[in-house]
Amino acid sequence: MLWETLLLAVRTIRRNTLRSFLTVLGIVIGVAAVIAMVTVGNGATAKITSELSSMGNNLLFARPGQMGPGAPSSSARSFTLADADAIRADVGGILAVAPVSQKSVAVVAGSESRTVGLVGTNADYLTTQAWSVSSGRNFTESEARAGRSVCLIGETVRQELFGTADPVGQTIRVKNIACPVVGLLVERGESTVGSDRDDTVIMPLRAFQRRIAGTTTVDTILISARDGVDTGKVQAAVEDLLRERRDILAGDDDDFSVRDMRQLVQTMTATTTILTGLLGAVAAVSLVVGGIGIMNIMLVSVTERTREIGIRLAIGALEHQVLTQFLVEAVVLSLFGGLIGILTGLSLAYGTARLLSVPFIVDPTIVALAFAFSALVGVAFGFFPARRAARLDPIEALRHE
Amino acid sequence: MTEVTPLVEFRGIARRYGEGDAEVRALDGVDLAIAAGEFVAVMGPSGSGKSTAMNIIGCLDTPTAGEYLFDGVSVSGLDRDARTILRRSFLGFVFQGFNLLPRTSAQENVELPLVYRGVGAAERTALAREALARVGLQGREHHVPSALSGGQQQRVAIARAIVTDPMLLLADEPTGNLDTRTSEEIMALLTELNTERGITVVMVTHEPDIAAFAHRTIRFKDGRVDSDTATARAA
Ligand SMILES: Nc1ncnc2c1ncn2[C@@H]1O[C@H](COP(=O)(O)OP(=O)(O)OP(=O)(O)O)[C@@H](O)[C@H]1O
Ligand SMILES: [Mg+2]
Repeated sequence: MLWETLLLAVRTIRRNTLRSFLTVLGIVIGVAAVIAMVTVGNGATAKITSELSSMGNNLLFARPGQMGPGAPSSSARSFTLADADAIRADVGGILAVAPVSQKSVAVVAGSESRTVGLVGTNADYLTTQAWSVSSGRNFTESEARAGRSVCLIGETVRQELFGTADPVGQTIRVKNIACPVVGLLVERGESTVGSDRDDTVIMPLRAFQRRIAGTTTVDTILISARDGVDTGKVQAAVEDLLRERRDILAGDDDDFSVRDMRQLVQTMTATTTILTGLLGAVAAVSLVVGGIGIMNIMLVSVTERTREIGIRLAIGALEHQVLTQFLVEAVVLSLFGGLIGILTGLSLAYGTARLLSVPFIVDPTIVALAFAFSALVGVAFGFFPARRAARLDPIEALRHE
Repeated sequence: MTEVTPLVEFRGIARRYGEGDAEVRALDGVDLAIAAGEFVAVMGPSGSGKSTAMNIIGCLDTPTAGEYLFDGVSVSGLDRDARTILRRSFLGFVFQGFNLLPRTSAQENVELPLVYRGVGAAERTALAREALARVGLQGREHHVPSALSGGQQQRVAIARAIVTDPMLLLADEPTGNLDTRTSEEIMALLTELNTERGITVVMVTHEPDIAAFAHRTIRFKDGRVDSDTATARAA
């Protein structure tokens, strides 16, 4: 009997394909929105989490100026190499300290050239990034101190300048400075914001300052705490030291900031979660609107089919049989909408994930939930029209033109 | 037939619509008894209450006063679903106007009462084919109503009414929309159902020629029974 009812519902819906489709459009949009948002949100969260573990553990970073969402304010005094050395000397519980300056420069090898992000730093940098070389070696502390122009190159730079050849031992020109390649970095892929982290060249900070940038400033100081050390204590110690070195009086505001990478990631994750939740709520509202659309069209359908209902009732349909027929019709409609919505939402999420280069992770719970919810919308909003159909007076209904 | 329980019995049945000045007495105290096996014609001027009486006999409508006994059992206390079950178990209804489902094949139209009775698909198909064959429509099973003539549509409606093997067949102006020849074919069919299958037939008609097929004619006037006579059967 239920199977018959199902077939009948499908047939009735197909008889009016365009109208049925327009009816369920609200559900389609609602479900697609929920699926797309949650899927992309999950991907972003997964990406951030995986970046946290690839970022090196217990990473702090200090930058001049107060760090808000924007860049460090230009008025703040820069750090110097001496600041980094002082942190390493005076703060306990530290694994590595790396002063970092960056600049976009052109590098050339033979007839090939490319503009890359050049990083000036010390030998500890790779430790703070939990990074390593795949061939060759890191530059040494003494090379760094001496300001020798040797460099490490990323996989993208290798491919662009040397193709598949081994770059170690070759020389590249960085802004007209000859620079022997001593190591090739392990491939890392894209960052959260979509920049290619392999499109980089790393050289000792002194060489960078003297020969490329022509300054003695340091943009950022990265500090890796030892495992098991309370990063909050390290952060406080670094802050005290820097206040002292910068002659900031008690009660005055810092003109620099120290941040714990993990906190930052947690904040970011929390933000994504809130955003996903909010967008999900908006999508849920559109599902309800979709449900009202279904109710509306079912009411129209009941009126249009009054005579048919009259015939069915007169011929022996019980109230619940007519009720079931219309309820099944509403549920089939909304499930059909839910199905299209799920497919649309997943393709949308797939496209967006590719675009933002976050992983495409399908959460089966959400898909099942969206499907169940569209069925629920069908039952909830189909019930009133269905009951109206079931309670029609057969004599009146038969007289209806 | 003195001591036999009538199949249909009206005791002071009244059916009123509206209230006060606007009150319409569609039926105004009708006493009536129809025995099993009878073939009854119901006649009377338009608005005299014929369809109202048929609807009450068919358990589609309930009287405002009086008692209706079907096969000796009072129908008055039954709710809508119970009346529906009574109707679909024992009654077949041929409506004024064919009232077939549009865009639905003859076969499926005839199967419909069986669907609601929960009869399985295979048995349904067989019964519907048999009913359609009985009304002379074999080979037309898959035609939709709009592809059938008026007489054929009425035959489908009759097939739908008899597919459940009812005790009582109610027909409200079964020949109302048909020409004389087709009307006579339909009447021959009803007569055959009455004599050969023993189905009690109650039929509303305006035409004396059609009424002549019945054994008995009940005339309504202003919601009351005006006359009740045995008919000389047509040749
Ligand atoms: N739903 C209703 N509301 C109000 N009055 C009604 C309703 N149904 C029927 N009537 C009235 O009841 C009376 C009897 O109607 P009924 O349909 O039984 O007549 P009838 O004898 O079948 O007429 P016809 O030969 O035209 O079919 C009429 O006066 C009609 O107007
Ligand atoms: Mg009538």
